[in-house]
Amino acid sequence: MEMPLPNAMVVSRKDQLVARLLAVLPQDSVISDVMETRAYECDGLTAYRCPPLCAVLPATTKQVSDVLRICHEMGVPVVPRGAGTSLAGGALPTADSVILGVAKMNDVIETNYDDRYIRVQTGRTNLSVTGAVETNGFFYAPDPSSQLACAIAGNIAMNSGGAHCLKYGVTTNNLMGVTMVMMDGTIVEIGGAHLDAGGLDLLGVICGSEGQLGVVTEATLRILHKPEGARPVLMGYDNSEVAGQVVTDIIKAGVLPVAIEFMDRPCIEATEKFAQAGYPMCEALLIVEVEGSDAEIDAQLALIMDIARKHNPVELREAKDADEAARIWLGRKSAFGAMGQINDYMCLDGTIPVSELPFVLKRIGEMSKEFGLDVGNVFHAGDGNMHPLILFDANKPGDLELCEDFGAEILKLCVEVGGCLTGEHGVGIEKRDLMHVQYAPQDLEAQMAVKDVFDPKWLLNPAKVFPLDASASRR
Amino acid sequence: MKANDMTPQSETELAQIIKDASGPLRIKGGGTRPIGQTTGDALSTAKLSGITLYEPGALTLVAQAGTPVEEIEKTLAAENQRLAFEPMDHRTLLGTKGTPTIGGVVAANVSGPRRIAVGACRDFMLGVRYVDGMGNIVKNGGRVMKNVTGYDLVKLMTGSYGTLGVLTEVSLKVLPAVETTATYTLTGLDDATAIKALSAALSSPFEVTGAAHDPATATTSLRLEGFKASVDYRADALSKHLEAFGTLSKAENNWAAIRDVTAFANQQGDVWRISVKPSDAAALAANLGATAVQYDWGGGLIWAQAPTGHNLRGAMGDIAGHATLIRGTGQTFHPEPAPLAAISQGLRDRFDPRGILNTGIMS
Repeated sequence: MEMPLPNAMVVSRKDQLVARLLAVLPQDSVISDVMETRAYECDGLTAYRCPPLCAVLPATTKQVSDVLRICHEMGVPVVPRGAGTSLAGGALPTADSVILGVAKMNDVIETNYDDRYIRVQTGRTNLSVTGAVETNGFFYAPDPSSQLACAIAGNIAMNSGGAHCLKYGVTTNNLMGVTMVMMDGTIVEIGGAHLDAGGLDLLGVICGSEGQLGVVTEATLRILHKPEGARPVLMGYDNSEVAGQVVTDIIKAGVLPVAIEFMDRPCIEATEKFAQAGYPMCEALLIVEVEGSDAEIDAQLALIMDIARKHNPVELREAKDADEAARIWLGRKSAFGAMGQINDYMCLDGTIPVSELPFVLKRIGEMSKEFGLDVGNVFHAGDGNMHPLILFDANKPGDLELCEDFGAEILKLCVEVGGCLTGEHGVGIEKRDLMHVQYAPQDLEAQMAVKDVFDPKWLLNPAKVFPLDASASRR
Repeated sequence: MKANDMTPQSETELAQIIKDASGPLRIKGGGTRPIGQTTGDALSTAKLSGITLYEPGALTLVAQAGTPVEEIEKTLAAENQRLAFEPMDHRTLLGTKGTPTIGGVVAANVSGPRRIAVGACRDFMLGVRYVDGMGNIVKNGGRVMKNVTGYDLVKLMTGSYGTLGVLTEVSLKVLPAVETTATYTLTGLDDATAIKALSAALSSPFEVTGAAHDPATATTSLRLEGFKASVDYRADALSKHLEAFGTLSKAENNWAAIRDVTAFANQQGDVWRISVKPSDAAALAANLGATAVQYDWGGGLIWAQAPTGHNLRGAMGDIAGHATLIRGTGQTFHPEPAPLAAISQGLRDRFDPRGILNTGIMS
């Protein structure tokens, strides 16, 4: 993975930069020791590492503003960092950059149940947002699988999704307002507790901009009352085409499950060895979950089971109680860990039209043979967001590169069938150079024009999202 | 073709017209929502019409911008699906004629009562194609439900009133239609108490998809949708949940009238649309100097009728939110704080450097 050469002038002025940062931040909020900066050398995409020039951990919006103003004046690139769980390298530093971590900013500022929102500092973790409101029966809907660790700041940067977005949407559908600091230090308020933008939907373009337009320090998030209950059903089929048809039939029947999860045979085998969830050995396994009162769940599941039966399942299992529900979810929730037991893996994130599911799975199987690397598929079937897990051996020379090539071919396939490169992980550096596959030059130009307006000097997370050749003249 | 009568037959032709344009262009969909003021030669998307892709099993529909909303709704209904954000039809309120188009709905981010439960038009937008002010054809997003590939210009284009580009194609997430729709009302509540009741209903687990209050008749309306057994169950539960506010009674479904604000049609005076935090709504409405108001979105949306020329926006004071002048002449959109206004202007300057697309319509 190519990264731009560090700016020698910036690197040479490190002492001056650190002195200026220390003038606006407490001593323990500036990390400049070469050994200590290594703690920030990578995020969840651990294959790529580079310690930053220094890292800062501001505790207030004002401090964030001071840091950005200084970096802006000195022409220093800034890489914003939430919890560092990005799988796409969104928080990977360059040697001439300052890591701006929001970890110290994790307070709840306001909760309002009548108007159904919570306002938090963005260093707060996703799960602890729900934690702050659950005693009142509320929750924050987007639930990326890293929700125990990931920060709201990163969720907003990547427009994170989760298993339940078929019903509740992703981050952008649950974000009502932000306090954001622009690269020049200007603090702006966008949106709030009211709905929709008065003018242009700036909030809409900020969400998912991968920390390239500003640093979001506070966020107003929509909260919802928890449903009365939820119950999953598990079904197994001996061919993925049939499973795909079941998904389509359920959706067409007018039921909107909160989640439809799909696992293929390699994934089922791996998780069975790892977690013994009692899954049937078959080609395609679906977990469908519905919500509501007991009566509602019964009615919806009856319809879903009817559809499932029509397609001759090898197994059909409805959870009778919380215990059985937990067992049904057990395998799915341990799928990534199970694959990780076998070998190193790379997790892809392309989305495809649901109708292309059988074709894409077949092609991935064929490519797996061509590349000689095993792959398991586990994904959100209701919305077509795939997560192929390619197994490789990081210690074997050339295996990572082979795996990346295989991954790129899968993502190209996703685009070819009408889908996209990334459904919820973001572009980062991982898919940066594949953007040409999905977007024509004028499409990328329009997106880069937005960055020009928010960050004219291209100092915020500059080497991400756009292919380096496309952004070269701007950086 | 006359310069003042432009109805391109294709996206390429539209791009050429914009490239060749020597003066301002007034972008026209169905012409049923004349919100905001602009000048220039009319450029109509009427001939860019037709559904290009519809996959009911994937909950996805792609249509050219000039496609009539009615055609889309009919096509969806045949598969028992719908546009869940329930776009308002402005014809009654504004006294306009013509055929509302999907491009117009998207350009103005038009939603209806269900917005409070499922999201606005922008939340259902999956992809756009548009021609920018230089005549470049640009695409963003796609036709799949989860997509974070690059910046979300889809949201930015939605509600940009044609000032950043002329939409040529939109792709939308659709949802299943419902088996049963039922409306339940409380009567005799004052505005503040009614909004408290709506908040209590929306803060319950019973999935209310409409929450409106009409002070003229002191009627507070709640909508439940879904499978019949489920609607009946939730109606019962909701009625207990709202006991403190009175007796919930079953009523006629009246949501099209609430959506289209028909109560303010054929009357004198300006009509304003105000978005605020629900708990601010009742006190604000009392001080607006309005002749009549009605509430939607659990109180978060106030429709206000006011004497012609009355500066209703001025009455908002420090209350967070925004007021749009939907019927009447004056400043249509809420002024943005200076740093945001600068960003918005910066975006317009980049997307339409000559400033020829619906010039000034969002001021």
